[in-house]
Amino acid sequence: MTMQTTLPAQPAPAAPARGNRPSGGSSLERRRQRWGWLFVTPFLVVFALFLVFPLFYAFGMSLFTSTLATGTRFTGAENYVKAFTDPLFLEGLLRVAAYAIVMIPVQLIVATAAALVLDTLATRLAKASRLLIFAPYAIPVVIGALMWSFLYSPRFGPSATLFDVVGLPSPDFLAADTVFGSLVNVVTWQWSGYYMVVIYAALRSIDPAIYEAARIDGANGWQTALRIKVPLISSSMVMAITFALIGTLQFFTEPVVLRNIAQGAIDAAYTPNMYAYSLAFSYSQFNYASAIAFSLGILVFAGSYVFLFLTRKQSGLK
Amino acid sequence: MSVFAPRTDLRDEPATTATGVPSHADRSAGDRRRRGGRRIGSHAFLVILAIYFVIPIWWLVVAATKNTSGLFGSPAFWFDDHFALFENIAGLFTHQGGIYWRWLGNSFLYAFAGGLGATALAILAGYGFAKYRFRGRGAVFTVILGSVMVPLTALVIPTFMLLSQYGIINTPWAVILPSLLSPFGVYLMRVYTQDAVPDEMLEAARIDGAGELRTFFQVALPLLKPAIVTVLLLSVVGTWNNFFLPLAVLTDPQLLPVTVGLNRWTALSNAGAGGEQVWNLITSGAFVSVLPLILSFLFLQRYWQGGLSIGSIK
Repeated sequence: MTMQTTLPAQPAPAAPARGNRPSGGSSLERRRQRWGWLFVTPFLVVFALFLVFPLFYAFGMSLFTSTLATGTRFTGAENYVKAFTDPLFLEGLLRVAAYAIVMIPVQLIVATAAALVLDTLATRLAKASRLLIFAPYAIPVVIGALMWSFLYSPRFGPSATLFDVVGLPSPDFLAADTVFGSLVNVVTWQWSGYYMVVIYAALRSIDPAIYEAARIDGANGWQTALRIKVPLISSSMVMAITFALIGTLQFFTEPVVLRNIAQGAIDAAYTPNMYAYSLAFSYSQFNYASAIAFSLGILVFAGSYVFLFLTRKQSGLK
Repeated sequence: MSVFAPRTDLRDEPATTATGVPSHADRSAGDRRRRGGRRIGSHAFLVILAIYFVIPIWWLVVAATKNTSGLFGSPAFWFDDHFALFENIAGLFTHQGGIYWRWLGNSFLYAFAGGLGATALAILAGYGFAKYRFRGRGAVFTVILGSVMVPLTALVIPTFMLLSQYGIINTPWAVILPSLLSPFGVYLMRVYTQDAVPDEMLEAARIDGAGELRTFFQVALPLLKPAIVTVLLLSVVGTWNNFFLPLAVLTDPQLLPVTVGLNRWTALSNAGAGGEQVWNLITSGAFVSVLPLILSFLFLQRYWQGGLSIGSIK
């Protein structure tokens, strides 16, 4: 992403100004420069205050330790050593990694399959389905998770009634070994429609003449979909996966909401973000919480960077 | 280079193309006879998917019309004999002094103040990066682009600590100010501006004597409308959805957005005794709170359907 889009941003050293720019008017050029900065400054102020500064602040905080006995003292990398040997943090990391490995393919497969099917249909039913599949995106994540926690609940949920009909005992969706799948379902429900719209828009922008050529060459519908359409939309899919990856590693809202009714299966350190939150707000360990938050930030950044690097061929970000 | 080029025909219905090539609709009409069987299969697939995605929403609609005993006692996916929606809404006005409406109002305030502000900053910055060549532009933009990959939740705890030092914790500003940050919005606006606003047009306006601000407002801004609506929608939805930040920076119940408030009611209802169990208010409150966004998405369809894909289209 970085190199691709910034290339045009750097003026080529050999040709510093375009032909139509007045080359003699250096005061005019200076005024333009000033206007450029004026336009970007309001954003840069917010960027500095609420992104750069908190990052440095968190890093600074993480280098200190404060206890009632000794007060606040500089402890260097101690908090990081502690974090990366802390089973609670490491388990949380492994858990969100497992969620990423399961959840992202599920969402992308649902989204891509729906988009590919929609792309071949122009009926009212197809149009209505597209809206309905997208609908969960318009529901706040908290509300979506609340709705599912009602549906999973043995007290309100429909599953007891549904399973009674077939004469089977209702599964417990909130037990330690099933809650993983339950959360995957909540996230898939919430986000697949959004990715579908993104992928669908990409499919729509393909020149239909390509399909004509494929048909003349004897390709059937499946072949056209998998060998022609999917490769042509790979850049959109890379974008969708990147956002899903960043979102999944920060997993917080859904498990926090489900924890209301599944305290046994979801503990306070279920994900790294939940762990940092409870360290900060339940135990007032702000220094250690900063180290956890900062480590998570670096890992997510590095993870998505590596992913974009590995897929640079598919996404066209050479 | 073309990977991130924006569509310029964002407002077109997806079934037509700006270039005049035969639309998909024509294509599939032509195929109709030969693909009859598969079309039934495809439609069945879509219907099953649509049911999966809609069932929880249908449940919410039904649940909003039930009182607490109906929630426990009647089939989950069908109405109870007693239609209690209006009682529930009346209950939202009386429970804890009608704090629910306060929460809903807060959500609107935070989402619009944060969303409008973030969009305004993104438009200005996107235009600046796309149309002015100033020293340091490439480096600064690279940093902004890289920051899209910084998980915003990692910033919540340090932001909390910073804001509490300045004493603006537990005020609306604690939610609104951090919500102004939208590096992805800047990126989208820049990519879109680069293609949608021709340099020649700006040059012509300047030659006609328009100042830089006037050129921006009267020449560039009207051309950016589709991208503006998209960035606005994304940032309003983002702030409306936000949970971690308000959870961390707000403790005064009067200031909570509806998301955090309803979650608090749920936690209390799960933990508490009879008097604190307000299941019917949670379901009807959730129902009322999702209406505004669902309706705006319905009415703004033609914008977001193309717009959500700016920046990711080949």
